[in-house]
Parts: sequence; structure tokens; C-alpha cells
Amino acid sequence: MSEPRYKWIGTRPIRPDGFDKVTGRASFGADLSLPGMLYGKVLRSPHAHARIRSIDVEPALATPGVKAVVTAADLPDLASEAVRGAETQTDFQDLSRNVLARDKVLYHGHAVAAVAATSRTIAERALQAIRVDYEVLPAVLDLDAALADDAPILHEDLRTKGVEGADQPTNLAARIEIGRGDVEKGFAEADVVVEREFTTRMVHQGYIEPHAVVAQSGEDGHSVVWCCTQGPFVVRAYCARILGLDPSQIRVIPSEIGGGFGGKGTIYQEPLAILLSRRTGRPVKMVMTREEVFRATGPTSGTRIRVKVGATAKGKLTAAAATAIYEAGAFKGSPILPGSMTMFAPYVLEHVRIEGFDVVLNKPKVAAYRAPGSAMAAFAAESALDELAIRLGMDPIDFRLANAAREGTEAPYGPRFGRIGFVETLEAAKRHPHYTAALGPDQGRGIACGFWFNVGLQSSAAVNLNEDGTAVVVSGCPDLSGTRITLAMMAAEELGIPIERVRAVVADTETIGYNDLSAGSRVTFATGMAVVEAARDVVRQLSARAAAIWEVDPQEVRWEEGRALPPEGAAGKPEPLGIAELARRAAQTGGPIVGQASLAARGAGPGFATHICDVSVDRETGRVSIERYTAFQDVGRAIHPGYVEGQIQGGVAQGIGWALGEEYLWNSSGAMENPGFLDYRMPVASDLPMIDAQLIEVPNPTHPYGVRGVGETPNVPPLAAVANAVHAATGRRFTDLPLSPPRVLEALDSEE
Amino acid sequence: MATVFFTTGLRRYTGGRDRVVIEARSFRELVTALEARFPGLREPLEGIAVAIDGEIVQEPLLEPIQPGSEVHFLPRISGG
Repeated sequence: MSEPRYKWIGTRPIRPDGFDKVTGRASFGADLSLPGMLYGKVLRSPHAHARIRSIDVEPALATPGVKAVVTAADLPDLASEAVRGAETQTDFQDLSRNVLARDKVLYHGHAVAAVAATSRTIAERALQAIRVDYEVLPAVLDLDAALADDAPILHEDLRTKGVEGADQPTNLAARIEIGRGDVEKGFAEADVVVEREFTTRMVHQGYIEPHAVVAQSGEDGHSVVWCCTQGPFVVRAYCARILGLDPSQIRVIPSEIGGGFGGKGTIYQEPLAILLSRRTGRPVKMVMTREEVFRATGPTSGTRIRVKVGATAKGKLTAAAATAIYEAGAFKGSPILPGSMTMFAPYVLEHVRIEGFDVVLNKPKVAAYRAPGSAMAAFAAESALDELAIRLGMDPIDFRLANAAREGTEAPYGPRFGRIGFVETLEAAKRHPHYTAALGPDQGRGIACGFWFNVGLQSSAAVNLNEDGTAVVVSGCPDLSGTRITLAMMAAEELGIPIERVRAVVADTETIGYNDLSAGSRVTFATGMAVVEAARDVVRQLSARAAAIWEVDPQEVRWEEGRALPPEGAAGKPEPLGIAELARRAAQTGGPIVGQASLAARGAGPGFATHICDVSVDRETGRVSIERYTAFQDVGRAIHPGYVEGQIQGGVAQGIGWALGEEYLWNSSGAMENPGFLDYRMPVASDLPMIDAQLIEVPNPTHPYGVRGVGETPNVPPLAAVANAVHAATGRRFTDLPLSPPRVLEALDSEE
Repeated sequence: MATVFFTTGLRRYTGGRDRVVIEARSFRELVTALEARFPGLREPLEGIAVAIDGEIVQEPLLEPIQPGSEVHFLPRISGG
């Protein structure tokens, strides 16, 4: 079958929002100011675990310049109810109690009260005047402590979901199990078995832009909210629920967003800004400090995963098993489910069993982070498989090829895969010069693979035709990664006009139909589908207008390269009508032309990747340096290859940070000791080589242009790829991340 | 007839069975038939996603089911 020929799909036009971003004109969350605006600040718990006996806000209210103070007593006391479809199994009651603590504070930094004042300084001073009487409780700071028989209990009403007869208070929020077959039988058939335990630490998404919001409420009870978010409709829904309002009383206008990676798919201070604005009748602005972002917004789980894998001497996997324990933070809902489901997803396994546990402890509630739960799972699985390949004497890519999932393979979580490109990524990696390039002394090469589902969910889009034949693509998905230009390219392809004549904008909750989050690697796939349908709607209308002018059957009009072509033999042999001419004559032929589409997208093709990582290890300092990194990913079809490469490079960079340096450091009372980028060590450009992103295109048959989501999969393999490379360089199997210099040095010294 | 697979968590409602073959033309019919056969199963199936012949559907209420289809229940996945 020949490849389709496209005009714009697969090209690399410059994104129009790029100019504003590199010149500083772009308006991010903290950039908006309104006349008469107040400044809101949050009082946060100085304890990791304490009962709130009383809160006296009167001294703060008496402070000149303070206009309002709110506590949980000002919010409805919600009953427990699961948030439908939330990635980390959120509950509205928990969400409300994370926004403002009610009876107890559950982590150091937990919000207790919020103040609105005429200046930021006055608001901060007023926080110090609020008197909170705490009964300090023992804190639960690690998994062992949380699961001990005599562990302090965070939530007296929490029972273990998934365990029959569990009727005692516990910190074990859920037990899950997935798998099939008989793993004991499978291991009995194995000639080689590897079993190890792996641990990872709580890490943050590390978006550069702190959370920021401005809320303005009117006398009619309507509030307008400007904020940086991955999901304005989700902010609207959650805030309405937390505040006891109707969604129609809140309009959310998303700003430009300086990174989210899953962490900006929920709410923190947004309902507080609305509440304070409603109390005062004035706009209220709230901007978190970096320290607040670290202490009180969603990181991802620290984990402990015990993995066992077995294979025959010929390299066929016979069984895989794991026990995975994930930290949820202060409220139930870690990404244990997707972590468990993805752990062995790239492989053919007749016998597989994963038991997972979701554990609450006195740390911030975790939030989604790029392929939630999967990077840690892949670290454990891919490290163990690396060891298995070594013990079998097999090349690590050949070993994976011998067991790779293909079309029709049953995933460990049940269904069969459709058309996937995992094998293609492995074969491309094996062919690539990187795989056979020479290594220097103290250098090593690691291989690891990864999988993410990708999702569809709900999207709405419109394509407005301007009077000059240019077009505006309107969506409701904040642009985290260049999606505006990507959506514009699909519209340009459909309309047959230059990309320069299409502009894409992100609308708000009152100017476009519902859209789910910009998350799950779904915008180019799902919202792209809606844009393609909306553009086709425009083409249908344009063809009908031309048919009316020519007095022919609309079905006989063809649309090519931005022009309506008359049917053969049409009376008067009319000339084709271009889009600009048809737009100019719109008033004569029926009025403005707007295409619209809304859908619940299905058929998101899963993403698979294979990564090659070269490291060097400084044996004197323990420092690990990334020398070369190549990522091979099935991207379906890259609409804008430059931004697909950018997604892969960004995901790899985050994964390398997770592997080598990032971790929350806690003191003995449960306070984070490194809540700033100086001490929380994320990689910067000078730490990394150019990440080589190799795009493997196995088109997704359910998308009109073959799109698969690409944003999350690249974050999955790097932890294991780095650790496997360090093993190759040192002969030491590191099972506890991050591989920071002290930890590596200690291991190397103990070896000597 | 479609083959329906149950996760470990759902097997407590099915007497430990990991799959059944059942007659249904739509997901709605399927849930009704499953509830008739395994009383109590309807409730945990609400708010759950489904994969029909490998294609994941988050809101399956009106989904048609073909003869010979494979149906798996899954937790809802969103992403980051």
C-alpha cells in the first residue's frame, strides 16, 4: 500500500505562539492583574500529622488591609464520592480536604486557611496572626511505618478496598491484582529466574511555572477564573463541587501553561481564590511559591516493587510476577493500577500476576505524572529483564524481540493489542549505529522499553471560516506541547489551504463545548479527530455553497486544494471556486461558515518505545553522566515531527532526572528539606547530551492521519535504561533510585 | 455469543470464574445478562471501562457487541 501524500502533515512549520513565548509576551498564570485586585495566601501546616483543635482567624481579620479569611468551615463538608474517571482514583471528599484541611492536617504544608489582603506582604503577615491549636500526632513517613500493625492511622474511616472483610482502620487503601495463568507453573518451566526488589522515591513533575490563579466574582454570583491548568473544564467541575456551586456559575479561562506533566490536572488554590473573591467582591490573585509547589502539590509516588521473572534457556519468558506498593500521599489514590497494568505490557506472557497496594502516609497527595505509575514499574521490570538476558547470555534486544508483544498479543491486563509498533522500535534500535558504537573506559550501555495506553476521552472543536478564506481552529485543550499548530496543520490539510492561513486558539469553558484534560497523550489524537471532523464539516458546507451557485447536486462537487471543482458537464462550464471566493460570498449563500464536532474518541493506539542509553561513571565521585541517548518510539504518524521529537526529548530528560538526581528529602518530622531547584536536582540542558529521538511510524488505523499519543511513553523507559547502563559500566545492579553520586560511590566503595 | 473476561477483583462475584460466554448485542444487554447470572455484579461494573475486541471504551453504555467479541473490563485510565 502506498503512503498517503500530504501537504502539511509531517512538515515542521514554526508554531505561531513561539514568538510570544521567546519574547516574554505570552501571558502565563501569574501575569494577569486586575483593578482592585487582592492577594491571597495560604496558611500551611507546620506538622506532618496533627489534629486541629481550633482555628482563630480573628487576629488576622483585624489586620489592616485584610479583607477575608476562610477555613474548611467555609466549605461544604462533602461526603465520600469517587471522581469519575480520575487517573489517581480521587474522591471529592479527599479533594476538598486537600484544598483545606478540616479535622486533621495530613502532611507538612497541608493548607489550613486562606487570606485575601490588599498586598501580598499584608496577606503573608496575616497568616502569622492566625492561631491554630494543633494536637501533634505521630507521623507516618514510609511504607513500613504505614503498614505496621501499630501504625498511626491517617483516616479512621479508611478500609482496604479489594480485601473482603476488611473492617479495621488502616493506611492500606486498596489491594489490586491483575494477571492470568499459573505463575508457579510458569516459574517451574523456567531455566533461569531473577527476583529482586526495587525502590524509587517521591519525585515532583517539576513544571517551571508555579500554580497561579486570578478569580473575579460578580454580584450575579458568576465567577471568572484565569489559571494555568491542563483542564479548564475539570477546574470548573471540581471548583463547583468543592464550593457547592453550579458549574454554570464558574467560567474558567486557561492561560498559557509553563508545564504540567499531569500535575496541573487537579485543583489546589483555585476554589480558594473563587471563595475569597465571592467574599470580598474583588478579584483575588494567588500564586504559589516554588516551596509551596513542592510541599503541597502532587508529586508522584515513591514505590517498592518486588519482581520475579523467569525464562527458558532459549530465552522464552515463562512467567512474570510482582508485588508493587505505591505511596498515595495523604489521601488514597496512587497510580498503582496503571503501574501494575503497564509493568509487563510489552511482552508475551502466558503466566503473569501482579499484586498491588495503595498506601496512605503523611506526605502530599500524589497527582498524575506522565504515564502515571509506569516509569517505576518499568524500572523494576526492565532491570530484572536486563539481568535475565545477561544470565541467559543473550543480547538484550534479541531477548526482548523473542518475547515482544505484537498485534493480537494479549496484554497482561486482558485485551489483545491491535496494530502496534513495539517490534519495529526494537528492530530500529538494533539497526541504529548507536547500538554498536564503541564505548570508553568506565562507560556502559543500557537498553530498556516502555509502554503507555494513551487515551481518547471527550473533545470538542470548531473551525471558523473568516471572510477572507482564512480559518480559526478553536479547541478547549490547553496547549502544553505545540498542539495548536498541530491541530492547525490537520485543519489546513483538510481545507487544502496554506498553514499560514489557519490559526488555532484555546477557548474557555463558555466559548467551546466540553473538553477533557490535556492529558493522557490525547490532544493531537482526540481533539485532532474533532478538528478533522469540524474541518470536513466546513468542506461539506463550502461544497454545498458552490453547488448552490452552480445549481448542481452538492454530491457532485469535489473539494481539492482549497477549491470546489464543478462536476463534469456542468451548465456554463463554471470555473472552480476557491475558499476565499466562497468565504467572501458567504452572506449570499447562507451566512457564516462554521464547522463543529464533538466526540468521545476511541481507538487511541498504545505507545511503545525502546531506549538506548550510554553512561560514564566517575569512580572517584560516583557521578553518572549521560554520554549518549537514543529513543525509538512508535508515534503512529508524526503530524509535526519537531514537536513529537520535543515530547520525546522532554520525557527522556525527566526520566533521567528521576534516575540520577531527583528525590524528596524528608527530615524526621516529615518536612521536605529540599523544596527548591537548587537542592532538588533536576537536569538542566548542560547536564544532558542531545537526546536523539527516532520516530517510528506505524499509523494508528483508527485516526484519520494515523496519530498515536506520544507525550507519556518517553518517560517510561529512562529509569531502567540509565540503571542498566550503570550496571554495564560498573557491574553493580542498582535497585534504589536515584543513582545520586553518594549512593553510587557508596556502592562502588563497598565493592572495593 | 461474546466471551467476557473478569479481572481478579470481579471474580468474587462470578464464583471465581475468569470468563463466561454470553449472549448480548450491546454492553447494556451484557450487563443485564451478567447481573442475572451473577447477582451483585452490576454495581462494580458501573463506572468501569471496557475493551471490546481490544478497543478501550471509557463510557461503554451504548456500545454494540458482535458475536464472537472478546470483552474485558478495565479501570478507567486517563494519564498525565
